[in-house]
Amino acid sequence: MNALASEIVRDTSAVSAADLAKGGHFSGTIGDITTPDPRMVCREVNVWYGDKHAIKDVSLDIGNHQVVAMIGPSGCGKSTFLRCLNRMNDTIDGCRVRGSITLDGREIYDKGLDPVPLRAQVGMVFQKPNPFPKSIFENVAYGARIHGLTNSKAELDALVETSLRKAGLWNEVKDRLDQPGTGLSGGQQQRLCIARTIAVSPEVILMDEPCSALDPIATAIIEELIDELREHYSIAIVTHSMQQAARVSQRTAYFHLGDLVEVGETTQVFTNPRHKLTEDYITGRFG
Amino acid sequence: MHTWTLLVALLAAAALAYHVGRKRAIATAGGSGRINTLHSLPAYYGFYAAMWAAIPALLLLGLWLGVQDQAINELVKASLPPQSVAELTPGALGLLMNDVKNVASGNIASGAVTPAIQTAADQYARLQHLARWTQWLLVLALSVAGMSFAWSQTRPTMRARNRVESVVLGVLILFSSIAVLTTLGIVLSVVFESWQFFQKIAPSEFFLGTLWSPQTAMRADQVAADGAFGAVPLFTGTLLVSFIAMAVAVPIGLMAAIYLSEYAPRKVRSVAKPLLEILAGIPTVVYGFFAALTLAPVIRDLGEQLGFAVASESALAAGLVMGIMIIPFVSSLSDDVINAVPQAMRDGSYALGATQSETIRRVVIPAALPGIVGGVLLAVSRAIGETMIVVMAAGLTANLTANPLASVTTVTVQIVTLLTGDQEFDSAKTLAAFALGLTLFLVTLTLNIIALHIVRKYREQYE
Ligand SMILES: Nc1ncnc2c1ncn2[C@@H]1O[C@H](COP(=O)(O)OP(=O)(O)O)[C@@H](O)[C@H]1O
Ligand SMILES: [Mg+2]
Repeated sequence: MNALASEIVRDTSAVSAADLAKGGHFSGTIGDITTPDPRMVCREVNVWYGDKHAIKDVSLDIGNHQVVAMIGPSGCGKSTFLRCLNRMNDTIDGCRVRGSITLDGREIYDKGLDPVPLRAQVGMVFQKPNPFPKSIFENVAYGARIHGLTNSKAELDALVETSLRKAGLWNEVKDRLDQPGTGLSGGQQQRLCIARTIAVSPEVILMDEPCSALDPIATAIIEELIDELREHYSIAIVTHSMQQAARVSQRTAYFHLGDLVEVGETTQVFTNPRHKLTEDYITGRFG
Repeated sequence: MHTWTLLVALLAAAALAYHVGRKRAIATAGGSGRINTLHSLPAYYGFYAAMWAAIPALLLLGLWLGVQDQAINELVKASLPPQSVAELTPGALGLLMNDVKNVASGNIASGAVTPAIQTAADQYARLQHLARWTQWLLVLALSVAGMSFAWSQTRPTMRARNRVESVVLGVLILFSSIAVLTTLGIVLSVVFESWQFFQKIAPSEFFLGTLWSPQTAMRADQVAADGAFGAVPLFTGTLLVSFIAMAVAVPIGLMAAIYLSEYAPRKVRSVAKPLLEILAGIPTVVYGFFAALTLAPVIRDLGEQLGFAVASESALAAGLVMGIMIIPFVSSLSDDVINAVPQAMRDGSYALGATQSETIRRVVIPAALPGIVGGVLLAVSRAIGETMIVVMAAGLTANLTANPLASVTTVTVQIVTLLTGDQEFDSAKTLAAFALGLTLFLVTLTLNIIALHIVRKYREQYE
């Protein structure tokens, strides 16, 4: 595998950013796209918005109890790729997805598979905190109610409490569960959204720039939380902040104009990027 | 030599002033090459001159036209033989003056033309002629004076643009205050007439009485009931018809809005939404005869087959048709608020594994609810104020009933019947219409204020 990887290095290091922008052919991802214990396996995923080819032949594993960070300049397709993983792209008109993505060995783009329960297994936290205009309690209880996860009020109370505890929000809101979730601060709202996601016991959690609307303190709290969540879940996080990717992730994937350019151990990608584009991005030459 | 020719002349003067003012500004700047030394663009100096040429002259003209007739009248009256005037009542004097004017303009007078009238008429014609000429002269002179004032003011440092704009602002304020003042005037007149009504009929009888029979004797010798002004049956009738209308419009409008905003493919939406809004453009009188001539007989026949007694004019017929008329209000307002619910809310719900219908029921509708309620309240106030459909389809009998198959009457219908036909203006019967109008106005105003408040609150929530 290592020999193969270095082959690819020689082949692709000649491809410059300018070539890619002109539509020059990109011949493959550098680094090891696989992990020993994958939860989700994506192979040759392509996405089109109408005629626009937004994701091109991306293959990547999401490891168990691991955080994968996805970085890259704006518009390179990070969010698009993330939304493939729970079929949120299905809700967008004119969006087509090709390729194979499996969750625990099951093809999620299988004709017979219903995307609705899938989304409970693969939860998602969005860029802007989007609590429902309901009480804090009802926000967390939402998923449990629609999926009928609990049989009694006591069970539901317990579920809400454990979810809020796991999201590190319980102590701040336990006295005002009946107040609107929209009344919390931005950081608290985002943790509420995480609690709401946790409440339906997902296996994978997708996070699309979860801290970009938050101040540094709220960001630090969420980053700590992500590290704790890794114990129970597999996490894929899109981030604009390279420091954040370095702090919270074990593996990092660098996207560029719809291509997955480089994947590797986070420390390796940041200290010793193997592709010219990755290096340029990490050293701040564009992005 | 009509006034409008003078207006045209003024317009021409203003155009001339524009031209002259512009030229003058360029000249004071030192030629067209040095326009940039002017404070404002040359056209503003032109407008400035045109305003001076037109506005004072127009004000004078308005003032003149306001007092001219009065002044001439007084002068002619003064020239009449004093003893003959002293004997006359004001009414007879008015008639006499009418004759004078008729003779002066060559029309036929009501009585014999006495020499006194003839001289007065000559005098009148002479004064008229004189007045017209002086008017022309003065107005045009003022226009020229304004123009030369603007000319003398024109220099490169003059802030022509600012001055023109402040005049424009003044004109805009004037016109918007016309709208506001008109509304105020209407309200005040309704309040005043209602006050008079409540002098005759106690408010407690009006608001609590259950018998409505506003027939009063018009002549002293006429045999008629004493008129009862208990408006409760009208209020209940209005509520009943409005309630039926809302029972039709709210579910249909809301379902249509949900379908259009959440499910309909773009093509369907682009056709269906305008079609639905056409419903709002059909004249209410058309709805009215549809209700009276098509729907009411159907309801009556249907009711008879089922064994109910149905009046040929029923609250049901009017309410159903009114409901159909109101559907577009409910649907298009609800559609707007549903669309204003951020996509992020829906995404959040989908990402938790909710289906589309769960998302709509549990997230979108609750989030849009305040806005929808606001829209429904606006529709209610529309229903309460609606007149034509109920006039044609609900009937005239003031029944105090909750039976939708009975004939009822509404506040608006009674206002129409009270005020149409020959009326004595200060009778309780006529004044009752104003009291009803005031009540209606207050109710719809309150509803509108509440509704707009809710809708605004709701908008803020997502901005
Ligand atoms: N709903 C959409 N319709 C059409 N094009 C889209 C849509 N969403 C994203 N795109 C396009 O796809 C590309 C990738 O977008 P995105 O995944 O949002 O990038 P990133 O999250 O990396 O900034 C961009 O060029 C963007 O313009
Ligand atoms: Mg993005």
